[in-house]
Amino acid sequence: MSTPVIVNNTAAGTPPPALRKVEARENRIQRLSTGVLLAVIGLMLVWGTFGTAGDAKIALSDAFDAVQLPTIVLPGAVTVALCAVLVLGAALAYLSGRFNKRAMTIAGVVGGVALLIGFITWAAAGSMAVFTMTNQLQGTLAVATPLVFGALCGALSERAGVVNIAIEGQFLTAAFAGAITGSLTKSLLAALIAAILAGMAMGALLALFTLKYFVDHVVLGVVINLLAAGLTGFLFHQLVGSDTAKYNAVPIMQRIPIPGLEKIPFLGPILFNQTALAYLAILMVPAVWFLLFKTKWGLRVRAVGEHPHAADTVGINVVATKFSSVVLGGAMAGLGGAYFTIGSTGAFRPDMTVGNGFIALAALIMGRWHPVWAALMAVFFGFVTQLGQTLNPLGSPIDSQFLLMLPYVATIIAVAGLVGRVRAPAADGEHFVKE
Amino acid sequence: MSTATHEVASQAPEVLHLDGITKRFGSLTANDSITLGLVPGRIHCLLGENGAGKSTLMNILFGLLRADEGTISVGGNVLHLENPKQAMAAGIGMVHQHFMLIPVFTVAENMVLGREPGRFGKLDLNGARKLVRQLSDRYRLDVDPDALVEDLPVGIQQRVEILKALANDARYLIFDEPTAVLTPQEIDELMVVMRTLRDEGRAICFITHKLREVVAVADDITVIRRGKVVGEATPDASEGDLAELMVGRAVNLTVDKAPPTLGKERLVLTDFTVANAAGTIVVDHLNLTVSGGEIVCIAGVQGNGQTELAEALLGTMAVIHGTAILDGVDVTHMPPKKTIEAGLGFVPEDRQRDGFVGDFSIAENLVLNRTTSFSSVGNLDLGRIRSNADERIEEFDIRTSSQSQPVRSLSGGNQQKVVLARELSRPLSLLVANQPTRGVDVGAIEFLHNRIVKERDRDTAVLIVSTELEEVESLADRIAVMYRGRIVGVVEPDTPRDVLGLMMAGVPFEEAARSVEKSRTEHADV
Amino acid sequence: MSEELVEEKMMPATPAPVPARAPASRRWVSLVVTLISFVLAFVTGAIVMVVADPEVLGKFAYFFNAPGDALGASWDKISTAYSALLRGSVGSWLAITETTAQAAPLICAGLGVALAFRAGLFNIGAQGQAIWGAIFGAWIGFTIKGLPWFIHIPIALALAMVFGALWGAIAGFLKAKTGAHEVIVTIMLNYIALYMLQFLLTTPMLQQPGRSDPISSVVEFSATMPRLAGTRLTLGFFIALAAAVAVWWLLERTTLGFRIRAVGLNPHAAATAGMSVSRTTIVAMAIAGSLAGLAGAQAVLTPTLLTGFPTQLSLGIVGTVGFDAITVALLGRSRPLGVVLAGLLFGALKAGGLTMAAEAQTPSDLTNLIQALIVLFVAAPAFVLWLVPGLREKRPGADITAKAATA
Repeated sequence: MSTPVIVNNTAAGTPPPALRKVEARENRIQRLSTGVLLAVIGLMLVWGTFGTAGDAKIALSDAFDAVQLPTIVLPGAVTVALCAVLVLGAALAYLSGRFNKRAMTIAGVVGGVALLIGFITWAAAGSMAVFTMTNQLQGTLAVATPLVFGALCGALSERAGVVNIAIEGQFLTAAFAGAITGSLTKSLLAALIAAILAGMAMGALLALFTLKYFVDHVVLGVVINLLAAGLTGFLFHQLVGSDTAKYNAVPIMQRIPIPGLEKIPFLGPILFNQTALAYLAILMVPAVWFLLFKTKWGLRVRAVGEHPHAADTVGINVVATKFSSVVLGGAMAGLGGAYFTIGSTGAFRPDMTVGNGFIALAALIMGRWHPVWAALMAVFFGFVTQLGQTLNPLGSPIDSQFLLMLPYVATIIAVAGLVGRVRAPAADGEHFVKE
Repeated sequence: MSTATHEVASQAPEVLHLDGITKRFGSLTANDSITLGLVPGRIHCLLGENGAGKSTLMNILFGLLRADEGTISVGGNVLHLENPKQAMAAGIGMVHQHFMLIPVFTVAENMVLGREPGRFGKLDLNGARKLVRQLSDRYRLDVDPDALVEDLPVGIQQRVEILKALANDARYLIFDEPTAVLTPQEIDELMVVMRTLRDEGRAICFITHKLREVVAVADDITVIRRGKVVGEATPDASEGDLAELMVGRAVNLTVDKAPPTLGKERLVLTDFTVANAAGTIVVDHLNLTVSGGEIVCIAGVQGNGQTELAEALLGTMAVIHGTAILDGVDVTHMPPKKTIEAGLGFVPEDRQRDGFVGDFSIAENLVLNRTTSFSSVGNLDLGRIRSNADERIEEFDIRTSSQSQPVRSLSGGNQQKVVLARELSRPLSLLVANQPTRGVDVGAIEFLHNRIVKERDRDTAVLIVSTELEEVESLADRIAVMYRGRIVGVVEPDTPRDVLGLMMAGVPFEEAARSVEKSRTEHADV
Repeated sequence: MSEELVEEKMMPATPAPVPARAPASRRWVSLVVTLISFVLAFVTGAIVMVVADPEVLGKFAYFFNAPGDALGASWDKISTAYSALLRGSVGSWLAITETTAQAAPLICAGLGVALAFRAGLFNIGAQGQAIWGAIFGAWIGFTIKGLPWFIHIPIALALAMVFGALWGAIAGFLKAKTGAHEVIVTIMLNYIALYMLQFLLTTPMLQQPGRSDPISSVVEFSATMPRLAGTRLTLGFFIALAAAVAVWWLLERTTLGFRIRAVGLNPHAAATAGMSVSRTTIVAMAIAGSLAGLAGAQAVLTPTLLTGFPTQLSLGIVGTVGFDAITVALLGRSRPLGVVLAGLLFGALKAGGLTMAAEAQTPSDLTNLIQALIVLFVAAPAFVLWLVPGLREKRPGADITAKAATA
């Protein structure tokens, strides 16, 4: 019995040769805006060169480290000038558009690093105090912790097709739940669980109202943020206002040095002397990646985010799949929210998340909805945020308000200038209506 | 060796009965007690106009919709199809009109979605690849399991859809308007596929509104109109009879038009080159001239740059090289506002997206691109907007209760009339209409075609983009065939379909004509 | 260069929550949904109030022994708070005028958010735009001296609107030219504006000489909105109403408004019809920003509520007007009349909230919560109708989605 032959086709099941390409419009916008941005910053550095006197001292280890590394002393004006030249060179590379992708990437990295070194040198030059690189990087990881969790939350819900503007609100609710539970029980674990549950509850609210009642995702996200602010604000004033000692004496997570690894020069104190939450954030990145890309559940999540009707026709329960992913994302946001209280300062304050949920969203977009890239972008934003705090005590030439603005400015630049052509999950934000 | 043939043959060939299926959406009855049977080993054509209720019926059969009344049964066993999973378990498979494939997934991922291999929740992609290879070997339908679906041509994507249904060993296979996106050659291949599957003992349900295909492949024919079965026919029925049955009255399949009286050259495209947002060159050094008083139709398979050509003429796409001259004026880089002022009338391909603002009233949509002429010092002249609407509604026979009704609520044909009424309500140098009758019922098609011819007779240059060869043949004074961004050739409207088909696959006219001639003589010899 | 739509690269564009004019039956349902949403929000608020009060909650511990205790305490708590809320908002002529005073900036900023909505833009940057309005309103207010009020106030308002417009236009520009999503950009701009205010309040431009804390000089009397004697009804409320009429005229009667609406409802069709989507986006955001700037100026040019004396610029001067504006616009369905009504309602909540905090020891944040809940329920008519099944049956064959019933 012969096999049934359907067609002796000539066209093989492979793509035809691609059509010729020119530079995509959005890539051109991205290239030019990056170039202009670098040029402007380069010129600012040039201008900064004239005002820079003295040396910048950059320490690679702090006084308490087991292994003391040398403190690098950079001649201020010369370093800033050199960095300015490098940044301007990178700007030219971008603006000319004559280079291939790899050369552009190299130019971008060189320009970016030169920009940072130049800026730090300019800010630290002439100061008696030392810019401690380990502090900066250790702080980066700490500050990036909620951003990483937020970005993972966003990845889980947006890959499932639910736009999540509500990360901020999830953070805030979780931070409050963690604080109050921690205060009442004096148990960090209970506080953490409460934070996770709060994040999941807000996630469930988002999922319920988008998936079942078809509220516009963005509108709902903003409303949830307002709801979270109102709820936590009211509860805070009502409870904590009445008895601060009882309701806002929050236990704080201590840093857990990992024996052995912590002693590695430079890297040790940065990577292996963090809170449990930071370690968890690092672990969650590959975990979420694995979930989304290597499991059956992940394939289904991505399917419902791209083309829910196709998923429906192969018998996948679209709404349940979306729901599970959004709620799991809520757990991530809950962990991120926990950082603000039990993970760092302890006490809760109304609106204490100051836009971090949105910065996490920006990291997600810059990371092209990929958990690993999004986490890296979150670390970048963490670096910028921490930079403001590290530079502040150095008595730098800029006002502290401008240093505090850094993460917000960086976010705008990132979403407006540096993000090229990115593609959200195709059905992100769409309602799935069965009939 | 166990093959599909064995499996299918080993089961008693049971007829799938749809009995008295009724489905209502609000006040609209989409299916009105429809009864038909799908017989294993036969191809059953379901023929009907757009909106006749064919797709609704098949969605009910596939478990995507639930019928209000009626039963579906196989061999006396009533099936309760609550969702596609149950339909698939009952041996029903569907090749969807809009492919149910996830573009950013690979073929393998698409194939296993919903019943993924692997243990402990982990996805086993190697198992998925193996499945694709087994199936494509078994049916000799070549597909690369690791290719991304979005990179594949539509013909191959459809093959993936078919394999997906076969992977489930569907015994009742629904093909929902499968030919809409294919070249004539690909359609022929699809017919072969359908016949082979039929000969294996599967029941095929073939949904279409194209008469030619019905006659070519059907064993049984059921015609539905406005949700009701209006007749059954045998494959030897004439196309005219089928058309009459489908539409409910005698239809004039051809457009009455006099031979063109050519005016001066109005649109001249020279080396016209367009890149899309991703930077891909989609119209490539295209040269074309359209004179006043003639209709030039751009024929071609969807996605060969026709839409981009039209949009670049309007100015919503970037022209990176070459020129477009309209009545002596260089309009190459003009924004839409200016090209519209220069006398370009534009009917977009996707009218819901580009043609009108659905939530705006008919009156507002009728002045959408002409607010300057209906206002004074920045204030809208509501009186004139209203009277304009009354005139256009009358002139274009737009069926509506009121001019303040949102256009969203109109039927497809009336929506398109609104768009055309707006564009034809001012003097034009050039009318560019992209798929002017897509998704429009036959009555409206006749009306729209006649209006377009009337516009031609006013010495307007008319450029029509259409993937429907019927439309091209009935409207065109000249046909320009487009393939991968270039014009393969400009030919007369009476060029045989097989030649056009080969040209649409990129074969130049002479070669195509020779090849068709050759195969004709070969067939004659046999 | 040809006009192209910059592709939205982050998230789907915000659909304007403004459907076409709906048939009367739908409008009726919509009204009922809104009313039920109010009830639901107040009920939820009451529950939160009880749960958050340890004293009352404590009584629930022995609920089954003495249910009267718990219920009575709950009722006391709720009725005290809500009656204070009612008294403070509509309880007297003074309270009513207080409501109008609170409503005025809400209406202005709400119009800003609503207008952006109509252009398909979600402006959550009204806060930052209002801050700039407050900065320049105050600056003109205390630096220029000796002008009559009918010249001084318009100048202050105009400059405030210009700077609000500029701040709004930044977001519009970035959206139009690079596709950066306005939600993220405007939120970030809010923080930047706040830090700018913080910074400027430490510079000689704004800081009151001799002060070390961030506070400006007191605004001149000539720049302070005249107030009807014995009430809190100021010129500001009438300016807000005039702004609403102007926005209505702009949207419904002008070609610019026609373009804004078309772009908001269907940018593709608008572009195909020759409208410049990017220019419309920038202009819409600028106008939206100017309205929010007007709200910010009102905050510094309105006399202090209790004394009637001019006020001075401080860090918290605009309060949460930008965020309240979002709820106002959403509840008002982005229509000027709706915004006025929603502004009055939330103004009443604010006015009552102050009384509630003072007299019933209930934090005024409760009103923020109630506001957010109202909007949440109003945005989800399907949810409200699910809760109230009787209503659903009255609409034959209705599949209610957010779109259908936001009408």
